[in-house]
Amino acid sequence: MRKVSRLSRFNIASLAFGLAFLYLPILILVIYSFNDSRLVTVWGGWSLRWYREFFNDRAMIEAAWMSLRVAVAAATIATLLGTLAAVALSRGERFRGRTLFSGMLYAPLVMPEVITGLSLLLLFVALNAERGFWTVTFAHTTLTMCFVAVVVQSRLGSLDRSLEEAAMDLGCNPVRAFVAVTLPLIAPAIVAGWMLAFTLSLDDLVIASFTTGPGSATLPIRIYSEVRLGVKPEINAICTLVIALIAVVIVIASLASKLSSSQGESAAPL
Amino acid sequence: MTDELPRTDAAVDAAGDVRPAAGQPLLRIEGVAKTFGSFRAVDGVSLDIKAGEFFALLGPSGCGKTTLLRMLAGFEAPDEGRILLGGKDIAQALPHERPINMMFQSYALFPHLSVRDNIAFGLKRAGMARADIATRVSEMVALVKLEGLEKRKPDQLSGGQRQRVALARALARRPQLLLLDEPLAALDKKLRESTQGELMELQRRLGMTFIIVTHDQEEAMTMASRIGVMKAGRLDQVASPRELYEAPRSRWIAEFVGDINLFDAEFKLRDGHRLVIGTRDAGTLVVAEPREALGETRFSVAIRPEKVKLSRRAPVSEAGRETAINRLDGVIADICYLGGTTIYKVKLDTGGMLQASVVNSARLDVDAYSLNQNVVAWFTPDDCVVLPS
Repeated sequence: MRKVSRLSRFNIASLAFGLAFLYLPILILVIYSFNDSRLVTVWGGWSLRWYREFFNDRAMIEAAWMSLRVAVAAATIATLLGTLAAVALSRGERFRGRTLFSGMLYAPLVMPEVITGLSLLLLFVALNAERGFWTVTFAHTTLTMCFVAVVVQSRLGSLDRSLEEAAMDLGCNPVRAFVAVTLPLIAPAIVAGWMLAFTLSLDDLVIASFTTGPGSATLPIRIYSEVRLGVKPEINAICTLVIALIAVVIVIASLASKLSSSQGESAAPL
Repeated sequence: MTDELPRTDAAVDAAGDVRPAAGQPLLRIEGVAKTFGSFRAVDGVSLDIKAGEFFALLGPSGCGKTTLLRMLAGFEAPDEGRILLGGKDIAQALPHERPINMMFQSYALFPHLSVRDNIAFGLKRAGMARADIATRVSEMVALVKLEGLEKRKPDQLSGGQRQRVALARALARRPQLLLLDEPLAALDKKLRESTQGELMELQRRLGMTFIIVTHDQEEAMTMASRIGVMKAGRLDQVASPRELYEAPRSRWIAEFVGDINLFDAEFKLRDGHRLVIGTRDAGTLVVAEPREALGETRFSVAIRPEKVKLSRRAPVSEAGRETAINRLDGVIADICYLGGTTIYKVKLDTGGMLQASVVNSARLDVDAYSLNQNVVAWFTPDDCVVLPS
């Protein structure tokens, strides 16, 4: 095993290059968010000036607040629906067209966002729905629900089916058995699914720009439109905050899913 | 270890049912059938189980024994037939409505609960008082000798300990009937043997009715007082272990349970209570008349290997002649030493092969036979079982 764990020079070099390619731009962005200079590319010493600027920029704060509300609402609805879909697909009877149904559930995973966004826009226009918070929220629910379903279903698939049967055998009706045994065991996966949906919703630009209305821009839309007029150092500060938020969420999500897989695999001691 | 457990607890006995005394009929299965798609998993099974019995359902995989057990537990509903428990039809009742508990092959311990909470799970659902639950759980923990492990989670236990938790959890509600689905399959051989003894002890002490499903015939023979052999969804024979082994009802059961020598035979003539039959592979044999008359003239004759005696020369005394009516000459073709016994395969002069199992009763066995040695194999008419072919 020592041979495998020891990295050759080539491996170290390629690893460093790969990581640099991924994270150097982000690192530069973070460093420049503390830049005192008005020009993005000129270093003018350390300062929190642009963070202050951001917290005084009402339009930007509103967009950030909008994004957060959309992300929380969409993630919550998507988690609810995605979990139900996962339970139906892995626990329900083998109904006709089950494969088609699960395929349709997972189609949004590979569907180009432009198409999803455009079709939702057409739907909202046809329904004559006023575009704003709820249309973006529903759009993000359709986008993220399948991710939740994938996470929860893989967890359900690894659970021993006889756990629920044992609960019924010991006096639970089917609903009670699900709540008392299955739900605690898939809870970490549900949490991880929620976090995933939250981050996906938070950084989505394409679908949001199709489905939002005047006066309810999300943060990515706001940033994108600002950047088109020229990059202000304030954008760096906002992006740094978003990166920090997403990093925290992702760490929690991965901890939750790790907890989920370490506990309660089928109890068979084989 | 606790002494005799109190047997009256209306809180857990569903609807305060009166339990039948030992020996009284408890469970009646009437013409039960279950079809999955086009596969008939259980095909018209009828069976009576008495209270206090240790019954084993034995059969190869896919014979329907697990499906039958799952119908008793309520996880499958039978398509046809009735399941009567204490006179009440429970065929369509849901699992939580039956005073029956099951021990799962995978044990199905709740991984997020401690040993104590696993055992208490069913008691809480039954609405037992907190103090009573605590008493019952410690009783159960003592019963299966798990003292000191109450706070552990299932993944901190060994396979044998998990098996005990599963047993304690299934017993905690004092079910009228305990179902055990291959309960020892996951244990290694030594542990399995000691656990067999403990299960029997427990069943006797609690006076409970056990139905066990197994594919291991030795396990069924060791533990059960009666065995039902299943094949292709049907109960082929229900009998005591001894009867099953010594008087199998069909060629298939004779071959499934233990080792056996089988010869195709043809009726020749009757001599009192004996039949003289002709076989192609073992020449003419004299066998005891079967209890049920055979309608046909063609059948099979079966002899268990341990009933076959070997010697270097034919017995000379008169008594010897009588017990050695069936005398077959041959040579040792194969020797399989198993420690306690040795299996000799004898190539008969008449063409067939005959297995003989000989107990190695002396450590320095000068009498052991060697390859290609000429021997006489003999057995009495009563050692032969006549079976329809």
